[in-house]
Amino acid sequence: MRIGVVTFPGSLDDRDAQRAVRIAGATPVALWHGAHDLEGVDAIILPGGFSYGDYLRAGAIASHSPIMAEVISAAGRGVPVLGICNGFQTLAEARLVPGAHTRNAHQQFIRRDQKLRVENTSTAWTNAFETNDEIIIPMKNADGRFVADAETLKRIEGEGQVVFRYVEVNPNGSLNDIAGVANERGNVVGLMPHPEHATEPGFGPDTAEAMSSGTDGLRFFASVMSTLTAMA
Amino acid sequence: MPKAELLDPQGKAVAGALVRLGKTEFSGVRIGKRFEVTVDRPVDDALLAEVRELAVDMFSNSVIEDVVSVTALREPQGPQ
Repeated sequence: MRIGVVTFPGSLDDRDAQRAVRIAGATPVALWHGAHDLEGVDAIILPGGFSYGDYLRAGAIASHSPIMAEVISAAGRGVPVLGICNGFQTLAEARLVPGAHTRNAHQQFIRRDQKLRVENTSTAWTNAFETNDEIIIPMKNADGRFVADAETLKRIEGEGQVVFRYVEVNPNGSLNDIAGVANERGNVVGLMPHPEHATEPGFGPDTAEAMSSGTDGLRFFASVMSTLTAMA
Repeated sequence: MPKAELLDPQGKAVAGALVRLGKTEFSGVRIGKRFEVTVDRPVDDALLAEVRELAVDMFSNSVIEDVVSVTALREPQGPQ
């Protein structure tokens, strides 16, 4: 299985996402923002970072890049797409997932190991979880406050498009504690925290058992691999 | 401009600073953006309409912001 990771000017976590794909047992493929070419990958990851320095709005300029025309068309064909942090902001700017992101309510950049509840386990990226599983993965952002109008919120809550919710602490003022959402079909998922930073013992968040031992992020990649197996 | 119903933390921080300056008659501040787009020809209605379309589709995100006005400036403003 070949999973593409798009690099935009200002992407930071593209290499980490490639590494996570490799650890999960798939083949990472580096994709370039300026190309109209997905190189035939089976799934796509938009990584974290600060594409275009967050100018205009986080993810806004990236959402108009050449590769995004291909990502939007692939998403329409049902290809699994995961947006992490800046990738989530880019998905929202491209209108592939509902909502938008604004400055954190407390105006500060925040980095913490964050507990999340997985509420929808039927998406392409979450089927290896049990409903209401609680996981801990790192988050780090300045513009992470998820917002949507009341009607949209009601709709996505009703349709199960809220995939991840912050537990215990709402770190940025996101409405309804929403940490991640999916499109209606469930092949496109975006979230602010970083599953790719919790895929290898020794390099993940702290757990009760040992420092830096958290690997809850691995199941995102296991999920998409079983999705792709089922699609094949 | 950020939509009225959305929290504008930046505006709130500036409103707090106004209070600290003793400017207590101002009850709120909201902060938006202004884009100056330059062309080398006279501005007509068609061009304004095109810029308005850009303002709605790209300069702003309609989920969180409203376009409040698109106007022609007689003279360019700011450093060239």
